[in-house]
Amino acid sequence: MGNPIKKGILGIKLGMTQIFDDNDRATAVTVVEAGPCVVLQKKKAETDGYNAIQVGFYAAKDKNVNRPLKGHFARANVKPLKFIREFRVENVDDYDIGQELGVDLFQEGDIVDVTGISKGKGFAGGIKRHNFQRGAMAHGSKYHRRPGSLGAKGPARVFKGRKLPGRLGGERVTVQRLKVVKVYPERNVLLIKGAIPGPKRGLVTIKNSAKA
Amino acid sequence: MQDMIRAIEEEQMKKDIPDFKPGDTVKVHVKVVEGGRERIQVFEGTVIRKRGGGLSQTFTVRRISYGVAVERTFPLHSPRVSKIEVTRKGKVRRARLYYLRERVGKKAKVKERRDYIKR
Repeated sequence: MGNPIKKGILGIKLGMTQIFDDNDRATAVTVVEAGPCVVLQKKKAETDGYNAIQVGFYAAKDKNVNRPLKGHFARANVKPLKFIREFRVENVDDYDIGQELGVDLFQEGDIVDVTGISKGKGFAGGIKRHNFQRGAMAHGSKYHRRPGSLGAKGPARVFKGRKLPGRLGGERVTVQRLKVVKVYPERNVLLIKGAIPGPKRGLVTIKNSAKA
Repeated sequence: MQDMIRAIEEEQMKKDIPDFKPGDTVKVHVKVVEGGRERIQVFEGTVIRKRGGGLSQTFTVRRISYGVAVERTFPLHSPRVSKIEVTRKGKVRRARLYYLRERVGKKAKVKERRDYIKR
């Protein structure tokens, strides 16, 4: 579940563009619509075994929320939300139920970690999945994109963990140490330098960086 | 979703860019930082390509400088590009004038476009 965090927010990846930075250089940025996230529940070590806040994000259609969840939202006195996630925090009492966490948590220049579900690539070969080298495409070679040797003949078996073709992507990925380039509080938008995991419209979690 | 990205891009976009096309001759005023000092340098040549859209649009200018061909690509909306002046309109039939690279002398010249005024 990770270490307690100082600040965290949920967001939707909108896409990428570029902006000109202070040195007039074009910088690639990802546009993320983040927050406002609403605190729904506080989890305490005495009752739940750990300290965390549960936050919700993005207004949901009424028909997509089941009865038990509606009750849960009603208890926090908020409208139904699409995504619910938890953030481990040091001290739960710093937050109130119903409190909104917006993009103004972050400032220009902050270093953040961004977590998301990477784009699914389906069943991918070794070249795409594990950066294998490919064989010659011409000069009489018929060995193009195959995986190559699976190991020595001696053990008469393939060792576990052998890198082979298989499902790629669609897994939880965290990119660490990304810079917040710009914050638009009135639009609930963050610009984060570089690429972040997941497709457009994908849910991402933005936290203060574990390494900065 | 795309609207948000467009809105963010538009904030940075220049509004006073003159209308120019491949084949036109332009003067590009570029800010150059040299040892902490900033000055303007002018690069004049033929536009051989315009590509991209929105904030990331770029254009390439080709000129012959002391017998050496120089091509520079500028981001259209870059703050470093302080001004673009169109000095001559060119008459060309394609969008990418790469054929100029293989030509020298008079053949490498783009004819001037004269727009006839309707009477």
